Amino acid sequence: MMDAFLLSIVILLISILLAAIRLILGPTVPDRVVGLDTINTLVIVLMILFGAYYREIIYIDVAIVYALLSFVTTILIAKYLEGGRI
Amino acid sequence: MIVTALIYIFLAIGVTFNLLGSLALLRFPDVYTRLHGGTKCTTFGSIFLSGAVIVYGLKEWYLHPTVSSPILPIHALVALIAILITNPTGAHAIARAAHRSGVKPVKAVVDDLEEEKK
Repeated sequence: MMDAFLLSIVILLISILLAAIRLILGPTVPDRVVGLDTINTLVIVLMILFGAYYREIIYIDVAIVYALLSFVTTILIAKYLEGGRI
Repeated sequence: MIVTALIYIFLAIGVTFNLLGSLALLRFPDVYTRLHGGTKCTTFGSIFLSGAVIVYGLKEWYLHPTVSSPILPIHALVALIAILITNPTGAHAIARAAHRSGVKPVKAVVDDLEEEKK
């Protein structure tokens, strides 16, 4: 079963690389924000899987905090793109 | 035995949809379709991957009740709820900001938000 978790972690890392390609060569700024948002979600799931793989609860706690902080970051970037005052 | 098969199935579904979501970022033509593919697929895949971890933690707790504890599935459930609340809200904010900042849909026939602003 642990091999299945490790294989899932490797495939998720590959999909993070694919999203990073869009983050680097996205033509407009909202394209890059979409790539960053996808990378954030994938990193959260990756932390949950790492927590199950290494039997460490603290990784999942870090994933919860990372989810809330990346939400604040996304909202802030969207507000900035919209042209309003932050 | 059935629980182990359930964990494998959940992992397979979740990894497939996450990989499809990041492929959608590369293949779709403009911001809104990329947002559609990326956000929906990763949210759906995250549900199943967190579900696999929750089922795994519950199974470990059921098999060895003296060694392990239900902290792992509970915390994975809290992380899943955090993803489920924050991910669609962030996608909505990005789409609204992209439309307000002047990015037009490439092949769109009907643009209701543009007509609404007039």
